[in-house]
Amino acid sequence: MVVKAISDPSLLKRAADSIRVSIIQSLAEAGSGHLGGCLDLADIFSLLYFSILNHDPSNPQWEERDRLVLSIGHVAPVLYSTLAHSGYFPVEELLTLRKLGSRLQGHPGREHGLPGIELSAGSLGQGLSVSVGLAMAAKMDKKVWKVFCILGDGELQEGSVWEAAMAASHHKLDNLVAIIDRNGLQIDGCTENVMQLEPLQKKWNSFNWNVFECDGHDHHQMLKTFGAIPYNSGRPTVIIAHTIMGKGVSSIEGDYRWHGKAPSGEQAMEFIKEIAKE
Amino acid sequence: MVEFVNRGNKATKNGFGEGLLAAGERNPSVVAIGADITFSVGVNLFAERFPERFITLGIAEQNCTGVAAGLALAGKIPVFSTYGVFASLRSADQIRVSVCYNNLHVIIGGAHAGVSVGPDGATHQALEDIAVMRVLPNMTVLSPCDATQTYLLTLAAIEKLQGPVYIRFGREPMPDFTNEKMPFEIGKAQVLHDGSDLTIIATGHMTWEALQAAALLESIGIYARVVNLHTIKPIDEEVIIKAAKETGLIITAEEHQIAGGLGSAVAEIVSKYCPVRIEMIGMRNHFGESGNPRELMDKFGLSSKAIKQAALSLFKNKEKK
Repeated sequence: MVVKAISDPSLLKRAADSIRVSIIQSLAEAGSGHLGGCLDLADIFSLLYFSILNHDPSNPQWEERDRLVLSIGHVAPVLYSTLAHSGYFPVEELLTLRKLGSRLQGHPGREHGLPGIELSAGSLGQGLSVSVGLAMAAKMDKKVWKVFCILGDGELQEGSVWEAAMAASHHKLDNLVAIIDRNGLQIDGCTENVMQLEPLQKKWNSFNWNVFECDGHDHHQMLKTFGAIPYNSGRPTVIIAHTIMGKGVSSIEGDYRWHGKAPSGEQAMEFIKEIAKE
Repeated sequence: MVEFVNRGNKATKNGFGEGLLAAGERNPSVVAIGADITFSVGVNLFAERFPERFITLGIAEQNCTGVAAGLALAGKIPVFSTYGVFASLRSADQIRVSVCYNNLHVIIGGAHAGVSVGPDGATHQALEDIAVMRVLPNMTVLSPCDATQTYLLTLAAIEKLQGPVYIRFGREPMPDFTNEKMPFEIGKAQVLHDGSDLTIIATGHMTWEALQAAALLESIGIYARVVNLHTIKPIDEEVIIKAAKETGLIITAEEHQIAGGLGSAVAEIVSKYCPVRIEMIGMRNHFGESGNPRELMDKFGLSSKAIKQAALSLFKNKEKK
């Protein structure tokens, strides 16, 4: 059954919090992973899977589905948790994350058979190119499905992203939407100190993309922004979603040291308590 | 022994271009990606015939490779061809992750293989591509011996194979000596000429050189078996083991670095199942340079003469024992 779009921001927020709890549980169980980015993307993922994407968890290979390409494979747990909460597979399986024989690889791997995974990815800077290929195929076949690509902001330092950006506008791929998780942080610290990305909006503008900015935690605002995507503009669209790494757990919010860390069992309990309180 | 006659020189890249065109005629899912040099890698025929299925992406090999992966994910059969140096190395990580790890049916054409590229010199002579491509899981690596075989293998790679394929071909018109009726199977080596004294296992342009060397040797009473290894991976273990057992001496010949290439691939099999002496003809930890193709092949010992010399010295040692 195709997922019915939810347009109530408070329900989307509640879904995001369930996703966050699952992320924390699975990372604590795994003992490793990338908590910060996963938590900050939970709001965007709940919006996409419960409101924006045309998809059917009971038929993951449905040909007319929208494609979500996760270019930043390291935040796989936010995708896994969202897929589980959407009904692609049992939520309990999330606790097998990163374990031997699991379908939930550290970075998404299609060959392990987890339903809902569009692309095996993890080496940064590749997802947008693949998304361009998907969007082109849809255009060639006159299909209406769309392609959503999740990019990290640090990832934009990879030159191949800009090769893909050039190609997407050259080929007028208005069925392609890139979403940038603009949390401003990467492993070594602030993106602007490691390698400056600003003026980011101007960069995408100059590559002939439609550019939107929004608060990546405000579902009300995001619904409006995503609702305004001009799918017939002859140009691809990028949404720069401003987020806070570790969102939802006040003690780690905005702390780049949580980019690539998992919580201990004790921390996990404490983090989950805080999310449940809200 | 004159089983093979040169019907005229023809560049293997033209065989590739014709194979791609034929596949395009037969299957509307076939699409081609161009990275600016479509003419010199043989994609122009397809581009002219099917402009709506030709995608220009400019000088951006990493993106070309990723786009090919996306097209394949959506059910297209993308063919991306550029110079082998760039196809295999510039976008190696995209090939590894987006194409091979996803096990997508993407056909990558590696043009300008070997020093026979000629005057362009070292930067444009692919000499490491076999080594890089053959270690990637899921990848099939093809290295046809002439234009006719390149045509057949290109067509077969597109239509019959699954998963990623790397196919290597050259720029310079070279002897076209196989014919379309000759049976072939991807993954099976071809014994072009039988012999019991030693075996020359060759690939690409070097197969013709190997046949010439065998003729030279035969005139002095040494009978060389000639094996055309057009599929580097999956490798035909059976033919190689049989050659080692029956002839006891192997010469490998490739227009590629001997490290990691055909020679290494053969040695991996021989050393495991039937260790015999192997002499490897190929580039020896060296870049190419400018010159005309024939001069370069002679300079770097990639010729029938060099194969014959290697055979003679090996054979002398064999006799002594």
